[in-house]
Amino acid sequence: MDIRSQVSMVFHLDKCIGCHTCSIACKNIWTDRKGTEYMWWNNVETKPGTGYPTKWEDQDKYQGGWEKRDGGKLGLRSTGKARVVFNLFHNPHQPGLDDYYEPWTYKYEELFNAPEGDDQPTARPISMVTGKYIDIEAGPNWDDDLSGSPVYAENDPNLSALTPEQRAQLSAIERLVFFYFPRICNHCLNPACVASCPSGALYKRGEDGVVLIDQKRCRGWRSCVAACPYKKSYYNWNTGKSEKCILCFPRIETGQAPACFHSCVGRIRYLGVLLYDADRIDEIAGRPDNELVDAHRELIVDPHDPAVIKAARENGIQDDVIRSAQKSPVYKFVKEWKIALPPHIEFRTLPMLFYVPPMLPVMSSFDGKTVKNMSEGLFPDFDKARAPIEYLGKLFGAGNNSKVRYVLKKQMAIRTYRRAVTVGDVDMEHAEGMLREADCTVGEAEAIYKLTSLCTFEDRFVIPPAHREEAIEMVADPLEYKQSVGFGFKEEVKRGL
Amino acid sequence: MAQNTNILDYFNLFWFAVLPYVALFTFLLVTIQRYTRRGFTYSSLSSQFLENKVHFWGLVPFHYGILTILFGHLLGFLIPRQVLLWNSDPLRLHILEVTAFIGGIFTLVGLVNIVIRRLVDPRAKVVTSTADWVVISILLFQVGTGLLVAIFNSWGSSWFAASITPYFWSLLSFRPDIAFVAPMPLMVKLHIISAYFLILLFPFTRLVHALVIPNPYLWRKPQLVRWYWDRRKIRTPGFKVKRK
Ligand code: HEM
Ligand code: SF4
Repeated sequence: MDIRSQVSMVFHLDKCIGCHTCSIACKNIWTDRKGTEYMWWNNVETKPGTGYPTKWEDQDKYQGGWEKRDGGKLGLRSTGKARVVFNLFHNPHQPGLDDYYEPWTYKYEELFNAPEGDDQPTARPISMVTGKYIDIEAGPNWDDDLSGSPVYAENDPNLSALTPEQRAQLSAIERLVFFYFPRICNHCLNPACVASCPSGALYKRGEDGVVLIDQKRCRGWRSCVAACPYKKSYYNWNTGKSEKCILCFPRIETGQAPACFHSCVGRIRYLGVLLYDADRIDEIAGRPDNELVDAHRELIVDPHDPAVIKAARENGIQDDVIRSAQKSPVYKFVKEWKIALPPHIEFRTLPMLFYVPPMLPVMSSFDGKTVKNMSEGLFPDFDKARAPIEYLGKLFGAGNNSKVRYVLKKQMAIRTYRRAVTVGDVDMEHAEGMLREADCTVGEAEAIYKLTSLCTFEDRFVIPPAHREEAIEMVADPLEYKQSVGFGFKEEVKRGL
Repeated sequence: MAQNTNILDYFNLFWFAVLPYVALFTFLLVTIQRYTRRGFTYSSLSSQFLENKVHFWGLVPFHYGILTILFGHLLGFLIPRQVLLWNSDPLRLHILEVTAFIGGIFTLVGLVNIVIRRLVDPRAKVVTSTADWVVISILLFQVGTGLLVAIFNSWGSSWFAASITPYFWSLLSFRPDIAFVAPMPLMVKLHIISAYFLILLFPFTRLVHALVIPNPYLWRKPQLVRWYWDRRKIRTPGFKVKRK
């Protein structure tokens, strides 16, 4: 047993209102520099939709993630030891600017400088890359709220799991259904980006599992951009280095939630430590698709188990980090309640950001006159829901729909139960029957309800103490650096000639 | 040489006995200084992200070509005897010469595409600096003279091994002997001088990317974890902080 700790995340999709506040918070702090204008370390997509960069989930196009080779060994789809030598000069799987979008601003001064005339002056858009006038053709959120569905939503790679009838149903006017899908780097346990880097510039921090790119070691070969199946590593065309979400580690180290978490209006985000057994990563990442969700959960160990605590201590994990793991909201969602699922686990990077799939208030249908519940049993029939379960199963279950059905059932039961408690128009016996059928106790239902609806800042973000101060003391005298800019490298971040 | 010194001798002395040392030492010192002080600037400075169509037809032939040729020069420099032995058979001589020539053509075609790309594509222009043009110009000159030499002074693989290699070794042993290069045709001299300029400018330009080729990848483990401290030590009472 090789116990390590990982700062992990849960996004509760039922609570996401698609306001993009998270994206803006991140952009303002990290990616408002030259060369990063097009990057959205945090972005919010409308699903169904093609996302950002366009169709990132389609690995036939982008070749991201791992694949099982003959003999069961995992290999990167985009690169490998033999291939890297030939692909260094031209990366065959590198997405280009147009796969994202060309960032732009407006010539605002034209509003003021325009000579007097009969027409309103306009601020024309100019490219933030070339500085020239452009016709805007795409943006990071071009298909927000299903706009342009025939071009975007209908090309969602996940729709391949659906029958033609289901697809037609999904896009029929007045039956449309969508939800939001906020995405950041998953800080994976088996990161494809790290494994792909020819220079060894990417690494996982041992203490908290944050995946980072060493800006000084990065030589701009762009392998990580191609290898990450979530397309969460980006190339800065100005500095010639790749960059990615850093999970706001300077904030985490000082006990603050990452900017996107902190600013989240819908309060959909949870952050906490998970302990896992690093010895089993390879074995778990190689399991068959339909076992992956459970296997991933197996990898995460119980922070209350004395054997785990002992192993963690032996590995040098601090007691307060272990205590933090015991209070982790992520542990509850993922492991105890089993209602948070990893996105596209079939890419086999073992992402450590989990999603509570959305219920979508479309369990009933409208035939023009009456709203009907389409089921006789306690539960509505999830398989007849307007958002086909296969769709969510493709996103969050690697095709194993039963994982999603379990979550939806539990959430539905809790809603009914809470309605029985607060409104009282539902029979309590009926509600408790639903809970039983959904593998949930009254106590658990209350706990889930609390952490979902009434959670405070401290409930949502249980940030482990970093103890970085001790690390610094080991290598340098902190007083020596007093009043200077920091302990990192202090070189000007400037493009070479 | 002392008796009938004329201006041409000084000329030769400067280009073939002084310049190489200036170039070599600048190369060594600046490369190291840049690596330690401004290591951040070591990057391929790729522009594939901005322009991805012509890119392939420029960068790929160029690099395959230039690396083949560099390797060829290196062989002639390190194992001249074996090269001469190989060339003793006309068929093998032809194989070697044709391979080298094709390498040169690849490099040239690649370079031309690189130039076109940087002139025409508005996005590629954004990341084109003066230094890039200097590098590209010298490379064009280098490859151009190289190809002309191959055409007009053929069997270079043999005479390089026989005459240029001893000259290089004389430079490296700090007893420069320009007797080998002085009588060379002008084109060959230009080719050598331009090579020295390449070496001289190398550490100041993007060419440094060729020095940081990622060899450890081939034998390292896929996953990398960095620990900031050995926490076992930190938990040991009495552990002493090491001050530098
Ligand atoms: C040793 C292995 C080498 C590797 C792995 C390598 C790799 C690269 C890469 C990745 C780029 C950026 C291409 C892009 O825009 O995406 C590049 C550009 C370039 N390389 Fe190399 N290179 C190598 C050797 C060399 C050598 C020996 C030379 C010449 C002496 C050279 C000259 C150049 C030049 C001039 C460019 C810029 C091309 C342009 O203007 O777009 N490279 N190289
Ligand atoms: S999502 Fe995973 S593979 Fe992608 S950048 Fe993050 S750690 Fe790397």
